[in-house]
Amino acid sequence: MPLDLSLLPDGGVIWMDASGEHSDIVLSTRIRLARNIEGYAFTGRARDGERLRVLAQVRDAATQVPALAHNVFVRVDELPATDRLLLHERHLVSKELAGLDAQHPVRSGAAVFLGPDVGVMVNEEDHLRLQSLRSGFALPAAFEAVQQLDRELGARVPYAVHPEFGFLTACPTNTGTGMRASVLIHLPGLVLTKEMGKVLAGLQQMGLTYRGLYGEGSDVVGNFFQISNQTTLGRSEDELLQQLLVVVRRVIASEEDARRILLRDAGYIIEDKVWRAYGTLRYAHSLTFDEAMNFLSGVRLAVGLKLISGLSVYTLNKLLIFSQSAHLSRAEGRALTESEANLVRARYVRHTLAQEAGAP
Amino acid sequence: MVCDNCRERDSVLKLVQVIDGTPKELHLCERCAAEKGVESAVAAPSPAIGELLQKVQQQLLVGAGGGGTGAGDAAAASARDAVRCTFCSATLADFRSTGRLGCPHCYEAFEGSLRELLRRVHGNARHTGRVYMPPRAETADHGGSLGELRDRLKRAIEAEQFELAADIRDRIRVLE
Repeated sequence: MPLDLSLLPDGGVIWMDASGEHSDIVLSTRIRLARNIEGYAFTGRARDGERLRVLAQVRDAATQVPALAHNVFVRVDELPATDRLLLHERHLVSKELAGLDAQHPVRSGAAVFLGPDVGVMVNEEDHLRLQSLRSGFALPAAFEAVQQLDRELGARVPYAVHPEFGFLTACPTNTGTGMRASVLIHLPGLVLTKEMGKVLAGLQQMGLTYRGLYGEGSDVVGNFFQISNQTTLGRSEDELLQQLLVVVRRVIASEEDARRILLRDAGYIIEDKVWRAYGTLRYAHSLTFDEAMNFLSGVRLAVGLKLISGLSVYTLNKLLIFSQSAHLSRAEGRALTESEANLVRARYVRHTLAQEAGAP
Repeated sequence: MVCDNCRERDSVLKLVQVIDGTPKELHLCERCAAEKGVESAVAAPSPAIGELLQKVQQQLLVGAGGGGTGAGDAAAASARDAVRCTFCSATLADFRSTGRLGCPHCYEAFEGSLRELLRRVHGNARHTGRVYMPPRAETADHGGSLGELRDRLKRAIEAEQFELAADIRDRIRVLE
């Protein structure tokens, strides 16, 4: 059966709506909790049968979990590779769960409960990855949602815990709270003013870390950074969240300052740069993904600085997701070579921008 | 350089705070840094987890008075590597090569090494977050079902853990 994402509100990318706080700078807030079920080997060491029993136990429990009442259950291990890539491009499953690496094919029992607010990946590196995703900068709301899910699910399946180390995970870097809270943030101002290096060094010293658009191991493209807590043990969930909250607020303020400085001291250079980016996206006939990301970054900056009007952050978010290869392939109804994808991408971006009213 | 905070001890790390867009550098000693919530262990770039484990093991050996001959160290290290988790049959050598533990029980099997590793990774090894009480088991004790035992048996045989395998086989017979 082909994957039908229309069952989910907004195809599972409700965070694109840009309704959250600071959504011109912060795209989304995500919190995940890593949990494992007592009595089984961790996913990587488990046998097929064990993973399937984990899945069966979780599915059974999930029917009694109110937080998952509106979720759509998807057996990732039964999907063709194109659909698994699609889920990954929408940030709904991790690369590991989707089995996109040639060395790490999809595992039996890999599944996901997709929902508007919260979701659960089953048989990822840990048996359970509970997560919540919100538009904009919304750490408290995201935490509340995932905590509710954690309580409800944890009352029905026994999590593996240690009296001293807390929640046990396959990788010791997640042990303790098992919590990774992250904020996907767009920082062109700090990059252009060459302040980013200092900010990143500062993050590390505050026990925070950063990654690219797709999490662990991904490159930074289009000035998008994912800032998250580095450590998970020795501090409570609240302390970890509070620290991230304070630092991200500071980063947002620095980004706003950097943008003001850019506009004040180099207004014409910035204007030229963003309009060139807009012009390229509006008229180019072939765009690689990285090119598109970088030009979209420029246009997003222009919208934030109100240099370009009539273009919504929602449209920019949509372009970010739907100009990826698997999405283009799905829209075309066939597999695309890289150069074909570049042509289709450029056409899709041109049409979307042309449709937005008010663009000159 | 002297610590900017206490002006007594030597500074060991630089803290860059960005306030209103202006970065402010603070050179801090370990104690003042800790007071400001910065763990020096955390501030250091984290190497691959396997490498870190190796360092931890070496340190534990030295700590245990094994700092004698290199051959003695190697013997002690291989003895430590030979310890297997009784649940999933994984060893520390497995952990070093994959960077992942085998099962929740590995945390008990390798508790000493892991405590030190966790301390290095997180700056602390004691969980202070959510306290969790597992639900009361409704089914047979966990890991005790036939399917589970058969999987454990296969793993034990693969790892040439014959004593453990015999033990598990007995339990399977009882259940059957």
